[in-house]
Amino acid sequence: MFPPIPNPDVSVQKPGFGTQDLVRRSASTVPVPTRQLTPVAKLIDVSKCIGCKACQAACLEWNDLREKVGENRGSYDNPEDLTPDSLTVMRFTEWINPETDTLEWLIRKDGCMHCAEPGCLEACPAPGAIVQYSNGIVDFIHENCIGCGYCIKGCPFNIPRISRVDNTAYKCTLCSDRVAVGQGPACQKACPTQAIVFGTKDEMKAWADARIKDLKARGFDKAGLYDPPGVSGTHVMYVLHHADKPHIYASLPDNPRISPLVKAWKGAGKYAGLGVIALSVVAGALHYLTQGPNRVTKKDEEEAEQLAEKQS
Amino acid sequence: MTDQTVNQTPEVHVRVPRYSGSARINHWIVAISFSLLALSGLALFHPSLFSLTALFGGGQMARWLHPWLGILLAMSFFGLFIRFVSQNFPERTDIVWLSRIRYALTPGGEEYLPEVGKYNAGQKFVFWSQAFLILVLLLSGICIWERGLHYLEAAVGFRVSIETMRWAALIHATAAVMTIVVFVIHVYSAFWVRGTIDAMTRGSVSGGWGWRHHRRWLRRKVREGDVERPSNGD
Amino acid sequence: MASLAPTFGRGAMTNSWTDIKNTDLVVIMGGNAAEAHPCGFKWVTEAKHNRGAKLVVVDPRFTRSASVADLYCPIRQGTDIAYLLGVINYCIQNDKVQWDYVRSFTNAGLLVDERFGYSDGLFTGYDEEKRDYDRTSWDYQMGQDGFALVDDTLQHPRCVWNLLKQHVSIYTPELVERICGSPKDKFLKVCEMIGECSSKSRTMTSMYALGWTQHSKGAQNIRAMAMLQLILGNIGVRGGGMNALRGHSNIQGLTDIGLMSNLMPGYLTIPTERETNLDEYMSTRGFKPLRPGQMSYWQNYKKFFVSFQKAMWGDAATAENSFAYDWLPKLDVPSYDILRAFELMYMGRMNGYFCQGFNALLSFPNRRKITEALSKLKFLVIMDPLQTETARFWENHGEHNDVNASAIQTEVFELPTTCFAEDEGSLTNSGRWLQWHWPGGTPPGEAKTDNWIMAQLHLRLKALYEKEGGPLADPILKLDWRYKDPGHPAADELAKELNGYAVTDLADPADPAKIQIERGKQLPGFAALRDDGSTACGCWIYSGCFTEAGNQMARRDTRDPDDTGAFGGWAWAWPANRRILYNRASSDLEGKPWDESRKLLWWDGSKWTGYDIPDIAPNAQPGQVMPFIMNAEGSARLFALRGLREGPFPAHYEPFESPIANVLAPRIRGNPAARVFKTDVAQFGNPEKFPYAATSYRLTEHFHFWTKHVQINASLQPEFFVEIGEELAHEKGIKAGGWVRVSSARGSIRAKAVVTKRIRKLICDGKPVHIVGIPLHWGFTGEAREGFGPNSLTPFVGDANIETPEYKAFLVDIEPIDGPVA
Repeated sequence: MFPPIPNPDVSVQKPGFGTQDLVRRSASTVPVPTRQLTPVAKLIDVSKCIGCKACQAACLEWNDLREKVGENRGSYDNPEDLTPDSLTVMRFTEWINPETDTLEWLIRKDGCMHCAEPGCLEACPAPGAIVQYSNGIVDFIHENCIGCGYCIKGCPFNIPRISRVDNTAYKCTLCSDRVAVGQGPACQKACPTQAIVFGTKDEMKAWADARIKDLKARGFDKAGLYDPPGVSGTHVMYVLHHADKPHIYASLPDNPRISPLVKAWKGAGKYAGLGVIALSVVAGALHYLTQGPNRVTKKDEEEAEQLAEKQS
Repeated sequence: MTDQTVNQTPEVHVRVPRYSGSARINHWIVAISFSLLALSGLALFHPSLFSLTALFGGGQMARWLHPWLGILLAMSFFGLFIRFVSQNFPERTDIVWLSRIRYALTPGGEEYLPEVGKYNAGQKFVFWSQAFLILVLLLSGICIWERGLHYLEAAVGFRVSIETMRWAALIHATAAVMTIVVFVIHVYSAFWVRGTIDAMTRGSVSGGWGWRHHRRWLRRKVREGDVERPSNGD
Repeated sequence: MASLAPTFGRGAMTNSWTDIKNTDLVVIMGGNAAEAHPCGFKWVTEAKHNRGAKLVVVDPRFTRSASVADLYCPIRQGTDIAYLLGVINYCIQNDKVQWDYVRSFTNAGLLVDERFGYSDGLFTGYDEEKRDYDRTSWDYQMGQDGFALVDDTLQHPRCVWNLLKQHVSIYTPELVERICGSPKDKFLKVCEMIGECSSKSRTMTSMYALGWTQHSKGAQNIRAMAMLQLILGNIGVRGGGMNALRGHSNIQGLTDIGLMSNLMPGYLTIPTERETNLDEYMSTRGFKPLRPGQMSYWQNYKKFFVSFQKAMWGDAATAENSFAYDWLPKLDVPSYDILRAFELMYMGRMNGYFCQGFNALLSFPNRRKITEALSKLKFLVIMDPLQTETARFWENHGEHNDVNASAIQTEVFELPTTCFAEDEGSLTNSGRWLQWHWPGGTPPGEAKTDNWIMAQLHLRLKALYEKEGGPLADPILKLDWRYKDPGHPAADELAKELNGYAVTDLADPADPAKIQIERGKQLPGFAALRDDGSTACGCWIYSGCFTEAGNQMARRDTRDPDDTGAFGGWAWAWPANRRILYNRASSDLEGKPWDESRKLLWWDGSKWTGYDIPDIAPNAQPGQVMPFIMNAEGSARLFALRGLREGPFPAHYEPFESPIANVLAPRIRGNPAARVFKTDVAQFGNPEKFPYAATSYRLTEHFHFWTKHVQINASLQPEFFVEIGEELAHEKGIKAGGWVRVSSARGSIRAKAVVTKRIRKLICDGKPVHIVGIPLHWGFTGEAREGFGPNSLTPFVGDANIETPEYKAFLVDIEPIDGPVA
């Protein structure tokens, strides 16, 4: 039967995790948590997804967001892209498999991957605007967000979007509010084909193994799990029929990692930069101390006067 | 300290006008916007400086203000550029000056340097590097300015890729560090070379300052009769 | 459903949704379950996941279902019969037949009337004038004993099997490719996968929906698959069956309750005007067994009928007045279906119309005609939870509803109703499960339940009749109206009435001195019904849903012993809580399961036992009583006798509007037995002017015309579009996301173009056929952008048996245009 997420207890519960479980906090440091939560993961089985967009609807409903009624632009992709309101979208790709010459309609649910090494958090300049819990959830704390958009540059998956209404960044929270009280994410709850499943990361990997076996039996030799090591794994994973070429799934990065540019900028760069500035100030001070001020002398003034005299 | 330095200010017999009122206003707009940009920029550059955002009313405000200050800086600097560019073209003597820069860094070393026009090679360096860096900061800044890009896309359909944004962010940060270093050089030089600040506050410098640092410029000013001779000193 | 009943005896999905998980092969053809039934589709996913089941999709478009299929085969819309007869031919030619099943449980061995035949695309008895058949020769050869003659060896040239073999022999893979445009290799691969399911240990399930019904020969599409399933031995078994996916959550309930002009609840039929008394009516409804020892359960017709009359008129229905037979309406035409109703309106012969939960303006073909018809009404009453286009048919919305409001005199009354989530009651799903539901919210504004509105109408009419009298007042005045609040009958009161109750004390048939059921008590099931007026039952097949033990539909037991998918304690399924119809056929003639690993019902030596309620008398001897108890033969019908208007076997006919002529009988346009109104013939288009084959369908983001009122759904699929293949787009210079005009002989629409690899050009009879797909969810009310619907284009012609409109195959032209005119 389906993965074991029974209907949850609906009584009011205390959140199962919180600030005491932070392992990372943007632009700041956190004390090492006293306990380690079991890492969780959402597994999206692309081979089971029928693209019904129930997850999109559930996401809008649960987060009480409303996307504007857009227009058809010649495909089934609506909304066309992630927005501050649409934290997840289905991306449809019509791909002709060159080996079999048959059409495959690849439908991928896009949204935050909850990287173990989150590029957004690395790039964020605002203390506490992006946090990572020890269960793997990467969350945006909107009251701390300044809306600079650095997270967009940091993200290897092009996920966060800045709201034009409150100027803060939005992305999938992995329903941290639901997970905190023992429920699965809204999208997982709504998925009619169990293409989205949720559990501990280990359970999800085991579940994926079974799915991959099934896919291999159906002739998808390259079926596999997308849990990219470049970001030390993710807490949203995909089962792909063609795991050897993730890019065919609407440009899913083959080997995502935090861009070296971002690393340079937000890693060594920020220390080097401050160092250089400090150095210039120190150099000035040293120069002043050794050389003293460069003053105009009496002689200089006299020379100037003589010059002026001569001319007149 | 060398023997040439005397602790009291010598009597000034000649004053030479250096900057008009409008040039000074322009300069100070540049200076203030630059300083605010540096402060707000540094706040977003390194977490330890984030508290600087308090000067602007918080992170959101700092983030909002910074790009607009950037626009102000770019526009006002453009004014300075137009004013000063003709005086800043490189000359042969600049090479000599640069090759003897160690004398320029020593009080009294001026004697070993060629006679300088309105600007010496160091000042020209500041001028051109700031002109270049501000242009770079402007362009790269636009590429990482969420709201601005939104306006641009709505207005002219201009979009940038995230990879471009990443380059822009790195370039912006690098250019910012460089421009601040140049700024430090500029400010320190003005402070170290006494009498310089007068140029931007009063608009004129002493004849001695001219003789000592910009002799060729002084000769020209004198030739043109564009000097003031206070009857009784200053 | 008019196709399953003549084949198996009952017109309903044979298995349940949950049972689909037991299958080895899912064939989705004539439907798009992933798109239109995503929640039910989960059971396909389960079968694939747990059993390694394969999924085959045959469709003109590469659909969402195809996106997760193991094999996709294209087909030209409207050619399913040729395709399926081709598969049957393949199975017969390649010995992919479950012989024991065919011999034991179908009418393969029965001998057919010598006069019956088929030539030039027509069966015997055709009358071109009437567009109808004289069906007398479509019968068995009868013996002296009153039973049909049979040859169990299947050697007799007139036995059904040999007639079938001959009938399908022309449908070779080459012919299938020529007609359907399905590449031969793909077709043969499908045949091979289907053929494997003739094994006793493999089953296949057929999932279909409006992709088969919305044709002028919809019933025969379904029959072709039903016959194939019989040949494979897949009816009555776990993971098999004919699974008709209904388009609304309660459409099964609609037909069960008889909301059709020629039906009464429980598939009893409305009398015709020729049947002037009860005896005459019953004379054609005796259903004497055609083979010895068979149950022929319709023999009990009179019990069901009389009990229904008692439920209607209570004490006023007596033996003396033939249980108020005269008060029933009598039909002067075969049916007053919706197409006929609008035809009558159009002709000015119908002046008032009640439109309850129906968006006629967008739902019925030839919108221009619908608008004109509605404009001729004196009054129109709308009962709906939503603002429908029909309620505002008179309102000008520019090109999206281009009418002159000042010229329309129809008075429109809108009665806002509650929606399913705001009231109590039961919904009958495709799998015949009656699931009780409770209100989840408070109705907005002045919305009232449909029950309240109908009761108020009734009470007011009754008062008028009492005051003023009038012809035929009795059916209204004497209607049994025993509700606590006559102004608002409660859902459970109505449910109890449908279940039935004892009118008098019922004596035990075995021991007349003993009272079996006391007067006024709820009946335990339809077996208790009697034809003497001592029982009342609103819908015999629902009997058992609300017994003395309580509301069975409200049961919520999620246990499923041995994971058979039966879930017998969840809600209640008709008939008698049976989850898989004809389940006796899951065992062989001796009562031993065909497949031990998937056993369902078996003979334990003295009675039938298993995971489901036996669909046969529990002590019926195996080998004697056959599983299809509703059929007079006891067996399922490969040869459908007179059950369908266009023939006992399906035969290939083109849609009325087709890009190519019928290659088997070029003279015949469309289905020769389909009813065509004279006013509509002139409006058929031809391929010279309208070269492209269009089809209409739903999208998963929306549910009919409801969800465009929901902001979230509207944002997920905001704007009307049509879908075309890349080849056609290239030929016509149409850009993805650009505007196009699509026109048919009946009208034209403007739409955005979706250009896709999922629709490919087909080669049919040597000619390229391009397909244009037109989804149906847009109108001029609600949150989504204003748009058109396919019914501005579709022809006004319906299926020969049930008059379902031909929405799935018609002709259009398409041109790129500049942006919006406005």
